[in-house]
Amino acid sequence: MSHLLAIDLPGGWQTTLGIKTLIVMGLIPVGALVLGYTFLLKMMSHMQSRVGPMDPGGFHGWFQLIGDGIKFIQKEDIIPAGADKRVFKMAPAVVVMSTFLMFVVLPAGPNAVVAGSIHNGIGGIDVGIFYALAVSSLSVIGVLMAGWASSNKYALIGALRAAAQLIAYELPLVLAVVGVVVQAGTMNLQGIVFAQRDGEIFGWGGIGSPYILTQFVGFCLFMVAAQAELTQPPFDMPVAESELVAGYMVEYTGFRFLFFFIGEFGTAFVYAGLAATLFLGGWSIPGVEGEIANWVGPLVLFAKIMFVAFLMFWARFSYPRLREDQLQSLAWKWMIPISLINILVTGALKVAL
Amino acid sequence: MTAFDVDPKLYSPLADSHLNVELDTGDMVLNIGPQHPATHGTFRLVVRLDGERVIKADPVIGYMHRGYEKLTEYRTYPQVTTLINRIDWLSSFANEVPFIAAAEQLMGIEAPPRALYIRTILTEMARISTFLLFLGEMGLQVGAITPAFLGFRDREYPLNLIESATGGRFHPNFNRIGGIKDDLPWGWIAECRNTMRKMLDSCDIFEDLVLGNPIFQARTRGIGIIPAELGAAYGVSGSNIRASGVDWDLRRDGEPLLPYNEIDWKVWTHQDGDSYARYWVRLQETRESARMILHLLDQMPSGPIMAKVPRIIKVPQGETYVAAENPLGEMGYYIISKGATGPFRVKIRTASFSNVSIMPWLLQGIYVPDVITVLASLYFILGDIDK
Amino acid sequence: MKTRPIVGRAKAGNRSSLASDEITSPGDAVDQDSVADQDSAVVTIDVAELSAEHADLLARFTGEVGADAVIESGVAGRELVVRIEPAAWVSAALACKTKLGFDYLGFVAGIDWLPTPAAGGDDAEGDTSAPVQPKDMTFGVAGSAGRFQVFARVGSTKVARYGITLKADLKESAPHIDSWFSVYPGADWHERECWEMYGFIFDGHPSLRHLYLPHEFEGFPLRKDFPLLAREVKPWPGLVNVEAMPGVDDEEGGD
Repeated sequence: MSHLLAIDLPGGWQTTLGIKTLIVMGLIPVGALVLGYTFLLKMMSHMQSRVGPMDPGGFHGWFQLIGDGIKFIQKEDIIPAGADKRVFKMAPAVVVMSTFLMFVVLPAGPNAVVAGSIHNGIGGIDVGIFYALAVSSLSVIGVLMAGWASSNKYALIGALRAAAQLIAYELPLVLAVVGVVVQAGTMNLQGIVFAQRDGEIFGWGGIGSPYILTQFVGFCLFMVAAQAELTQPPFDMPVAESELVAGYMVEYTGFRFLFFFIGEFGTAFVYAGLAATLFLGGWSIPGVEGEIANWVGPLVLFAKIMFVAFLMFWARFSYPRLREDQLQSLAWKWMIPISLINILVTGALKVAL
Repeated sequence: MTAFDVDPKLYSPLADSHLNVELDTGDMVLNIGPQHPATHGTFRLVVRLDGERVIKADPVIGYMHRGYEKLTEYRTYPQVTTLINRIDWLSSFANEVPFIAAAEQLMGIEAPPRALYIRTILTEMARISTFLLFLGEMGLQVGAITPAFLGFRDREYPLNLIESATGGRFHPNFNRIGGIKDDLPWGWIAECRNTMRKMLDSCDIFEDLVLGNPIFQARTRGIGIIPAELGAAYGVSGSNIRASGVDWDLRRDGEPLLPYNEIDWKVWTHQDGDSYARYWVRLQETRESARMILHLLDQMPSGPIMAKVPRIIKVPQGETYVAAENPLGEMGYYIISKGATGPFRVKIRTASFSNVSIMPWLLQGIYVPDVITVLASLYFILGDIDK
Repeated sequence: MKTRPIVGRAKAGNRSSLASDEITSPGDAVDQDSVADQDSAVVTIDVAELSAEHADLLARFTGEVGADAVIESGVAGRELVVRIEPAAWVSAALACKTKLGFDYLGFVAGIDWLPTPAAGGDDAEGDTSAPVQPKDMTFGVAGSAGRFQVFARVGSTKVARYGITLKADLKESAPHIDSWFSVYPGADWHERECWEMYGFIFDGHPSLRHLYLPHEFEGFPLRKDFPLLAREVKPWPGLVNVEAMPGVDDEEGGD
């Protein structure tokens, strides 16, 4: 356990490893979720001139989130008569689990790494990004389980759409990341952050070398593919409110529905975190070095995540939905070739320079 | 006869059936509705699917049938306006006008010009509020939620104006045989001008946010094309048929019920006939209506708002058909009167009923997501289908 | 005009009439004189002009359908109403669509000319809030041979402004008539509605099923002898300014 979850935090914190693990794995994602959810909800409300979510509690509707939680908890948990009950109950947990497993590898500071042992002075799992992307595709199993177990045609169509879509967009997502991995020379997320922090732009190392500059194509591909992985508009066919009512979630109520919801926002948050780590330099910020970075890092990371999430949700609230065949042709005819070319160019430059 | 000499009559069907068993994936019957967000109410569409492609679509209506044609026979003429307010509940005021005009025509009464102007303004305002809902709702059906909220927000302005003039937000019940109930309240005209300028702005927003969006265009262009001739034979009217390139608007081409010929305006048509064209035409018509109202306010005559009308309204024996351009299309009333205080028979010709009846033809062979956009772009109101 | 993708047109006064098939060319300037004339009264019916147009239309219609098919004609409001032989019902539709330019289906519906029975039977014990209709059977424009009639209106998107209303008599014992479905596909739903409301049978209709009403519904609601049950049970609550009905106050306490 200890070697898997070794945390090298400053001071005498090593002794309370269990507590810290709990903090990092439990509180930070949840706290981040709450903050992120509130921020995004308020942003959405402003963008859409909404009245409802801006009203409860007075100031910008601060009570809305709590009210939503109360509402979800007191709703009846309905399981359809024809449902496969065990699978039906398990599915939301699988979705949420895959989200939370992804949080584990996000580095929040030079030493604030949850999972993985420390090699060569760098913490984190050596195959961190590989792990994150692999774990992220677990959620499709949960979605398929939900769709199948609901014994509802809308849910089934939604789940099948989700499966087709997640598989199609897994490829450009991975290929977009390959460019970064090639440039950084490591799959370790912490290593990628260090590579960006210590990088130089034509000999000038003032802000390091965030990969968004060199891998801009990859960044765009990653954002689009992440949007599709999240089943957010313009790629929200699996849930498609106006067509499939809510797709695979249609039969879920109360707390189980809330689980899907947490999974949705949480995954958006994690993908934003991955994008921030891969392309924006993660927790690093110019001018902050040494011990203090462990304390500033999480805040910097959070700010960057919020920025990326803002972009994601901006697209989400502005765009209509593509059709399923348009989505597939976008993935296979455009994004995968572009990402392959991106890898080729990156590799060639890497060798040449 | 050798062993290979198999009777083809016997052999080939067997081979086919074998193949079919292998390849038959089975059709799925999907019930869209009666409770479905895309149907604006209790409308049910039974679609037979092969994968996600529609083989056959059968609309099932009548969940909201209220029997208005029967009920009108048990009401006096002024009471009937209360009923017909509820046919197309988004543009109730526009529903009243042709019925009242038909009764006036039978009685030989002419409403004074000011009343006609106010009727026109409120009809166009009902059109704006209906279309703004469409402009947002269509965005929602295509998958963007923001336009829906903006549509609902902007729709409040004309509704507030209607409410301040008539007292009713949705069901004004403001027309009387021979005129209208009240004159406009003080300050209403200035407020109306401001609001109409706001409406023009909000049309620009929708043009940028929805119409100009490449994804919206990809979803709606070339989808659900209604050929002009077939559309007319199905009785499709209003913006739906104008989007198919038919330059026909009852406000201009129909009976001159309202003083549309005194102002300068345009009938917008689009040649494509697809969902995009229908959205485009409605957007332009919303704009045009706002401009029309500004023109009408400039030219508003003064004078009385009610003609001389007998206290007990008895419509002389006779028949008439009066149709007007409702926001959704041609709304007409064929009234048969036998000289009593109430009509003997009223045939209500609603626009959505005919607009939707083309659906089985229109939906064949398209994907489920497109079914939703086509439904949304046809823009029907359940009360207008079910009467 | 065809080449441009988008056609908008300025308002050009009162538009075309049926007498001339040509459509007013786009972009005509507003006729200042005609607008000035109409200032006083906006809705004016030129009866003389109208009847000339109707006569012309009737002549053309008769020429296409045949003089023996046309029984009677009249004018309802601004519309020409022609009663035709039931046997010529479909051929008349075909002539309207192909020859006369009426490409647009307004509606197909039925009429029951039976005098409205007093609610609650002849004793008039029931509801008196409903308008009292004449007791004798009279027929409207263009007449009728009996109780049941089917009537339909077709219009035009090209030679706009007027349509034509066709009526045909149906036998009370066997209300059969041919379906318009093959001519105007939009007649599908209208005929289904007419069938369930009046019991008229449209021969040749692909599937004469219930449209509005539940499948197990019995009776034909829009026939005059089908009672409006709500009114049988108690008077309409919205009733005002009508004397109390004799006997009702004692028995039910009124409403």
